[in-house]
Amino acid sequence: MLDQILQFVLTGITVGATYALVALGFSIIYNASDVVNFAQGEFVMIGAMSAIAMSAGENGLSPFLALPLAILLTIGVGIMLQRFAIAPAKGASVVTTIIITIGASIFLRGVALLLWGKDIFALPHFSGEQPIHIGNATLLPQNLWVMGGAALLVIGVHWFFNHTHQGKAILACSCNRTAAQLVGINVGKMMMIAYGLSAFLGAMAGLLVTPITFTSYDAGVMLGLKGFSAAILGGFGNPMGAVAGGVLLGLIESLSAGLISSGYKDAIGFIILLLVLFFRPSGLFGKATAERV
Amino acid sequence: MNIRKTLSTIAAGILLSLAAGQTVAADSIKIGSFLAVTGGASFLGDPELKTLQLYIGEINAGGGVNGKQIELVHYDTGGNPKKSVSFAKRLIQKDKVDLIIGGSTSGSTLAVMPLVDKAGMPFISLAGSVKIIKPVKRWTFKMPHTDAMAAAKIFGDMKRRGISKVALISGSGGFGKSGRTQSLALAPQYGIEIVSDESYGKKDTDMTAQLTKIRDTDAQAILNFGFGTGPAIVTKNVRQLGITLPLYQSHGVASKKYIDLAGDSAEGVRLPAAALLVAEMLPDTDPQKPVLLDYKRKFEAKFGPVSTFGGHAYDGLHIALEAIDRAGSTDKEKVRDQIEKTQGFIGTGGVYNMSPRDHLGLSLDAFKMLEIKNGDWTIVQ
Repeated sequence: MLDQILQFVLTGITVGATYALVALGFSIIYNASDVVNFAQGEFVMIGAMSAIAMSAGENGLSPFLALPLAILLTIGVGIMLQRFAIAPAKGASVVTTIIITIGASIFLRGVALLLWGKDIFALPHFSGEQPIHIGNATLLPQNLWVMGGAALLVIGVHWFFNHTHQGKAILACSCNRTAAQLVGINVGKMMMIAYGLSAFLGAMAGLLVTPITFTSYDAGVMLGLKGFSAAILGGFGNPMGAVAGGVLLGLIESLSAGLISSGYKDAIGFIILLLVLFFRPSGLFGKATAERV
Repeated sequence: MNIRKTLSTIAAGILLSLAAGQTVAADSIKIGSFLAVTGGASFLGDPELKTLQLYIGEINAGGGVNGKQIELVHYDTGGNPKKSVSFAKRLIQKDKVDLIIGGSTSGSTLAVMPLVDKAGMPFISLAGSVKIIKPVKRWTFKMPHTDAMAAAKIFGDMKRRGISKVALISGSGGFGKSGRTQSLALAPQYGIEIVSDESYGKKDTDMTAQLTKIRDTDAQAILNFGFGTGPAIVTKNVRQLGITLPLYQSHGVASKKYIDLAGDSAEGVRLPAAALLVAEMLPDTDPQKPVLLDYKRKFEAKFGPVSTFGGHAYDGLHIALEAIDRAGSTDKEKVRDQIEKTQGFIGTGGVYNMSPRDHLGLSLDAFKMLEIKNGDWTIVQ
C-alpha cells in the first residue's frame, strides 16, 4: 500500500510540475496586463511541435540547435500575440480580452494543424528510458528533468520579479499602469517582455514533457484548462500560489485515480477546486481583494 | 396576374428539372454519398471519398455496369449528424439516387437510418457501431467490422493462452467507452473475468496511477481499449512500472504511428487488426491477399498510404455494383434483396456473407491477431 502511494505521489508531482509551469505563465500575464491568456496551452504545443518539426528528417537540425530555436520561435509568437491581438484592444473589458485570447488559441491551433497535420508526435527522452527504482515505485529520468526543470524555472521567475529592474518594472505596470508610465517605465516594452516570458515558460514546459506525454496540434487545450484551474486553485495572480496549485492539482488527480476511482479523478479535482473557491474565493494563496462599489 | 406568372414559371421549372433528372437516371446509375471529408473525422471520410472516386472513374472507363455509366453525387458532412440528415434527404428527394454509400461516423449513420427506411433507399454504411446492424434494419447494411468483434478476437486469443483474469483500462472517448462496454459484455462468454476496470481521460498524460492499481491485482493480462495518445502512454507506463503481463491493445491503434510512439515498450504487444495492414505478410493461400494488394497498389499510386477506412468504401461500392448487376436494374427493392444475398464477396475488410439476419456478413476471421516484434507487425497463427 505504501509503495502504491509513493508511486501515486511521484506521478502526481510530475504531472503537477507541468500544470505548474502553465499556471505560472497564466499568472505572469495576468499580473502584467490583467489579461487571462487562454492561449497559454498553445505556447506549450508550439514549443514542442516546432522543435519536432525542425529536428525531423535527415536534414533536420541537431537537438542542440532545434530546441533553442523552438523556444525563440514560441517567444516570438507570444510577443506577436501581445502586439497584434492584445495591444490594439487596450482598455477593453476583461471579457473582451478573454474572447480575444480564446480566438488566438483557436487560430494558433488552426495554423499548427495546417503546418504539421493531425498526427501525434514525440520527442526523444533527454537521458534514456531506463526506469529509476525507489522502493517498489518507479520513475523515468525524464520525470526528474521535468521536476528539476520546473523547479529551476520557478526559482528563476521568482528571482526575476523580485531582484531585477525589469521584473520590478513589470510589477509596477500591474500595480498602476499610469503611474508606471509617469516614472518613465516603457509600459509597451514591459508587456512584450511579460508575454515573451510566458511563452518561454510554455515552450520549456512543452520541451520537457513531450518525451513522456507526446504532442499534437490540439495538445494545448487540456494543458491550458488544467493550468488555468491550477492558477485559480493557488490564487490567480500569485505566481508562487500558481505553482503550488499546479503541484496540488497533479497530486489530487493522481491520488484520486489511484485510491478512489480513475473515472472520477477529473471530477474530484474540479470539486476540490469549487470547494476552495467557495470557502476562499481568492484561492489558497491569493490575497483577499475588496472592490469599491 | 403577377402571381400566376410566377407560379407557372416555378411549375415549368419543376417539370424541366424532373425531366432532366429522369433523362440522367435513364442512362446512368446514380450513387449518392455523404461523408465526413472535412472536420475531426476527416481521417475517415477523406480516404473513403478518394476510394469511391478512384474506382468509379476506373469502372466508367471500362464501360460501366450493365452498359450504364456510374454517377457519384457527393456531399461533405464535416462529421455533423444533422448535416448528414439534410444531405440524405437531398439525395433521396432531389437527386433521386439509386443507392447511398456513406455515413463515415456512427452518429451520422444512426441519424440517417430512419430516413432511408421510410424512403426505401438501399444504404451501405461505412461506420463502426454495432448498433447499425443490431437489430437488423431492412434497408441498412454496413461494411466495417465492429468493436464487439475486436473484443471477441482478443478474448479468443487470451483463452488460447490460458488467460482467465484480465485487467481492463479504457479511454474515456467514444471509442474507448464502446470498447469497454463490449468487453464487459463479452468476457463471460469466453470464461474471462475482468478483475479491474480502470479508465483515463482522452488527453491524460500519465496512467501510472491506474496501472499501479492493476499491478497489485491478480490479473494475468492487461487489455487497453483506446485511441490517440492514450494507448501509447499506457504501453510505456506498463513497461516503466516493470509489469511483465501480456498487454493487448485494440484495433484503434493499428497503425505504424503506435509503434513509433511506444518504441521498445511496444515489443510483444498483441492487437487485432484488419488484414489490409499486413497485406504483404499474408500467406499466398489467403483469398484476400490479391484483393488487398491490388487496392493498396492503386490507392497508393495516387494518394499515399492506405487506411482500412478507404477499404470500407471499396467494399461498399463493389458489393453495391455487384448487387445492381445481379438485379439487372436499379429497382430499389430488387437491389436491396441482392445486397442481402451477397455471398463470398472477397473485400478488403474480409469475406462477406450476408443474410436477412446479418447485414454485415463478416466472421471473426476478418480480424488478424498481430504481435509486435522487432518494431514491426507479425501475424499470430
